[in-house]
Amino acid sequence: MALPSYTETRYRIWHYIYLTICTFVFFFLIAPLFVIFPLSFNAEEFLVFSEGMKNLDPDAFSLRWYKDMIYGTKNPWGLAAKNSFIIAIFATIGSIILGTLAALGLSSRHMPYKGLIMATLISPMIVPLIISGVAIFFFMAKAGLAATHTGIVLAHIILGTPFVVITVTATLSGFDHSVTRAAASLGSNPVNTFMKITLPLILPGVISGGLFAFVTSFDEVVVVLFLAGLENTTIPIQMWTGLREQLSPTILAVATCLILLSTLILISAELLRRRSERLRGINR
Amino acid sequence: MSSETKQILTTDGIPLEVSLKKAEKKNKIKAFLLVAPLLLFLVITYIFPIGDMFMRSVDDRMVTNMLPKTFKAMEKWENLEELPPEEVYRGFYEDYKLLVEKQEHGKLGQRLNKEKNGFNTITKRLFRQIKRNKIDESISIKEQINKIHKRWRNVEFWLAIKRTAPPYTMAKYLKGMDMYVASDGSIAQVDEDRRIHRILWLRTLEIAFFVTLFSFFMGYPIAHLLATLPMKYSNLLMICVLLPFWTSLLVRTASWMILLQQQGVVNDFFVMIGLVGDDNRPEMMYNKVGTYVAMTQILLPFMVLPLYSVMKTISPSLMRAGKSLGGTPFVAFWKVYFPLTIPGIGAGCLLVFILAIGYYITPALVGGASGTLISNQIAFHMKTTLDWSFASAMGLMLLTGVLVIYWIYNKLVGVDNIKLG
Repeated sequence: MALPSYTETRYRIWHYIYLTICTFVFFFLIAPLFVIFPLSFNAEEFLVFSEGMKNLDPDAFSLRWYKDMIYGTKNPWGLAAKNSFIIAIFATIGSIILGTLAALGLSSRHMPYKGLIMATLISPMIVPLIISGVAIFFFMAKAGLAATHTGIVLAHIILGTPFVVITVTATLSGFDHSVTRAAASLGSNPVNTFMKITLPLILPGVISGGLFAFVTSFDEVVVVLFLAGLENTTIPIQMWTGLREQLSPTILAVATCLILLSTLILISAELLRRRSERLRGINR
Repeated sequence: MSSETKQILTTDGIPLEVSLKKAEKKNKIKAFLLVAPLLLFLVITYIFPIGDMFMRSVDDRMVTNMLPKTFKAMEKWENLEELPPEEVYRGFYEDYKLLVEKQEHGKLGQRLNKEKNGFNTITKRLFRQIKRNKIDESISIKEQINKIHKRWRNVEFWLAIKRTAPPYTMAKYLKGMDMYVASDGSIAQVDEDRRIHRILWLRTLEIAFFVTLFSFFMGYPIAHLLATLPMKYSNLLMICVLLPFWTSLLVRTASWMILLQQQGVVNDFFVMIGLVGDDNRPEMMYNKVGTYVAMTQILLPFMVLPLYSVMKTISPSLMRAGKSLGGTPFVAFWKVYFPLTIPGIGAGCLLVFILAIGYYITPALVGGASGTLISNQIAFHMKTTLDWSFASAMGLMLLTGVLVIYWIYNKLVGVDNIKLG
């Protein structure tokens, strides 16, 4: 973004003001995440930087909160992590299957009432979570699924499918349908064509939609708060109760792990996006 | 002439038009069958329950079912300024006696007390009389009931019972707007010092509006920078937007709680640069400031991403052309670049606004009492007071607002144009 040499001084000043604002905004976006790292290694029980930490005294740092997270007595994090992963994995699988099928149907040019159906399918993304929570709770309570894993998985499928529908529809919009016709003309049945031709081509879209669904489920707290019993506690629920009641540094240790996890997911999502663009022949 | 053209037949001898229609229909069904599982699933587990919320919010069948004879008799009560006739009293007495046998009279008392204050006392009096078998059914019940308490002789109380007759009520919606049905049937406002809901609605709108505004003013420059920088730098900076986007909401809220607390980093910094005294650290959490700051940071990526995807498509040569035609950089920006980004602005602003208006977690944790929004009130009634019908009514009022915004969004940008990353 070097300015041409003929730029007038006042525009030069404006340009530097603009860059300063941008730097400030990027800092505002990313810096809060980095507060958590050092504090999670705090040797003391308070959530502030101790004098020792400011002087980089090695004694002021410790792994005790990570140990507490894993080995702590009466510690809810183990169960919460197990539940979170089980629920998120099943919810992701469910969302991928239902969402991909629906996206395939929606991308067909024969689909009737496309706009209305699309709006219905992605409505869980638009409706405020608190309302979804109330509605889903009423259904699960009636169906006898409140405070069960099944109920939470179903609830997260509802919240996760819109992402799969959107990403897969987007992938399919650049999809060359003549390849499936070619497969059909060569004698392949529709299922075979889907597995061997369509799926590999739309796979990046499916997986990135699946990643969204996974993160949605893994991070979801509003609906789970209505649905979960003591047995179904998840990481977000534990964090929520922790943040409301006793703000212990163990939460920061968990938060650090979650940031690492989201970094991993970010990297995979980026790689997928690039692969998908390459496959669809979009070069920038 | 077209009528004279010979019909084109397929090899099977069927007219081509018919055959084509058949194939089209088959394709339609095929496409629909693919969508059907998800559609059915959502309709059963999601769309119907939202309808159920509506039923709950207007449902008022409890009293209707409890006092069938009373309401039947009330049809004959014509002069509403005088006390109802003997039949109404008798009907009410019989209904109430049945409720006492089923031990449901307490519920009725509470419900009627909500309609008109003071009902609980007088129904309890009636209950005691019935328990002691003090009421003689062979003589006028009207006189006996009237003797129990002077309020039974007040026509207002009978009118209150009459108001509970319809099986459906709008009372919960009115309550959500701090209004109620007065004894004469007109809609009145609650006392000024008790208008809590209106404050919450206004605050929700205010916070959503300002969070959108802040996000816009912060998101526009960085989206522009990301879209104009060479790829290798912009990819790196994009991480600053995408990492918060992918990070757990609770983690981000937790980091703001640490930053904004009184002994937190932000206050430390203010003390260090001498903005505030060490003993006079401002409270930045548990109030609106905390809600604004945390929500803006959390929702900012939702502003940047749509803006970025629109700005990316704008050719840089347009700005150069504007400048070469004599516009200053400001004019070129304002007349050429800015209008082209309006679709992105619309998408970003409406997305952030819709998300902000239904926010729950962050305001509940950093908002304190003055930062709570309408969603927190809904959750409070769902979990604490267990007034589910009121929670449903408020939820649907919020939903209506969101759907209106969504409809505008759809008109302006189109739902299918939502892009993720």
